[in-house]
Amino acid sequence: MTRDPAALRYLASHEWAESPDSANGGVVAIGISSFAVEQLTDLVYLALPTVGREVQRGDEVGEVESVKAVSTIYSPVSGQIVEVNSQLADQLDHLKDDPYGNGWLVKIRMSDPKEWDGLLESGQYQAQCDQSH
Amino acid sequence: MNEATKVTPLHAWHVAHGGRMAPFAGYQMPIQYTTIVEEHEAVRNRAGLFDISHMGRLRFDGPRADQWLSRLLTRRVLDMKVGQVRYSLMCREDGGILDDVLVYCLESPGGTVYFLLVVNAGNRDKIVRWIGDHREGFEDVQFHDVTEQTAMIAVQGPLARSICKPLLPPGVQTLGNYRGCVTEHYGKPVIVSRTGYTGEDGLEWIVREEDAARIWENLLLAGREMPLQVAGLGARDTLRLEAAMPLYGHELSEEILPIEAGLDFALQIEGRQWIGRDAIVAAAAAGVRRRRIGLTLDGKRAARQDAAVLDESGKAVGVVTSGSFSPTLQKPIAMAYVDAKVADDPSAKYQVDIRGTVLAAVRTPLPFYHRVS
Repeated sequence: MTRDPAALRYLASHEWAESPDSANGGVVAIGISSFAVEQLTDLVYLALPTVGREVQRGDEVGEVESVKAVSTIYSPVSGQIVEVNSQLADQLDHLKDDPYGNGWLVKIRMSDPKEWDGLLESGQYQAQCDQSH
Repeated sequence: MNEATKVTPLHAWHVAHGGRMAPFAGYQMPIQYTTIVEEHEAVRNRAGLFDISHMGRLRFDGPRADQWLSRLLTRRVLDMKVGQVRYSLMCREDGGILDDVLVYCLESPGGTVYFLLVVNAGNRDKIVRWIGDHREGFEDVQFHDVTEQTAMIAVQGPLARSICKPLLPPGVQTLGNYRGCVTEHYGKPVIVSRTGYTGEDGLEWIVREEDAARIWENLLLAGREMPLQVAGLGARDTLRLEAAMPLYGHELSEEILPIEAGLDFALQIEGRQWIGRDAIVAAAAAGVRRRRIGLTLDGKRAARQDAAVLDESGKAVGVVTSGSFSPTLQKPIAMAYVDAKVADDPSAKYQVDIRGTVLAAVRTPLPFYHRVS
């Protein structure tokens, strides 16, 4: 299942979070944007956190490494990590080809679902990406 | 970007063809066009085309140009014959490395013998100043920075020379390794040398600034069936790392001595005097303190510049200067400086600290990659 990038919210550092709603009971998937994946290219390594960890918005939750460089992944929301896409590290193609679907990174039970409203909307995030290139 | 950056004569081409541009040593340079791995593999298996116009090009004219250069360079210059190219270092009085360079002995079509120095982009201003400051007694030698009037293009890979073959006069096809000449390409003056920075066979072209775009297109056309892949500085870095070629600012700096870098072959000590010689001789007699070594890791995570190198007990014994996942070897590789005592112990075991995670590393002879032919 791929998600509509227009319906997601973003951090300026290229992480996305889906909307907390009744369908997911406030448990949201997070990931990194297709722009970020495109900029990284040549992905070789992905590190993700363990289930159960409490994170604050902006905390490091992993790192993704390409041939050229390492990038830290920050959590766009606060809460508890309840699921990790543990197969992804061995299937980095999913991250490359489907960053909004099979390429999700972790699911977080948000401690404050209203936090989502403070993230960048898709259009704002896109404008920032366009500006940087 | 807050700093004004220079562009090469091929800048418009890079932008029009999807080059991902980034500032490097004061220039806007293409880092990659496709992916680093794709471009890297193209160079290893076929051929790649690089814009390396950011490199500094300095020309020395006059009968005593060789004597001046002989004083500045660690490598012998006085015995150089027309057509020879040598790798050399330039050092401070205390032996610290100012730059690594290629020195060319060339003859213009008019019969004038002159020398050309190709220096690192990031060191160009410093080297020009250094040369100017060490001119005493050589005021009669004409010294010109010709970087801006020229461009430099590298064609690298097993098919590089066959791609260039139809574009150059017959004699150039048999150019030996580290040989170069002033020749022409469809009537345009060019300098071609069998040199490179990828660990592959290949040619480097120095052309007039105004001819650069046309020659670049001609090369692409000549290589279209191979195909010749345009490649950026990203692949250039992984290629040179596999070939264990040092990069200034990583393996080389003013704080590092050539004997620590393992570049003894570039030092010609006997029967000549050059800046830094006595300090290096003294340091060698006192014993080298650290050495450049190669390390290979398991897994996928690379130990990158500044990662600490540890011994078996976890004690810091050195530091990584360059590291990346190696596309050819399919594992992480790194070059590092480690204490000579440790490096000289064949039974020494190594670990690296990658942002808090300590991983085992295996000492690996340099280069990591050596071409077959």
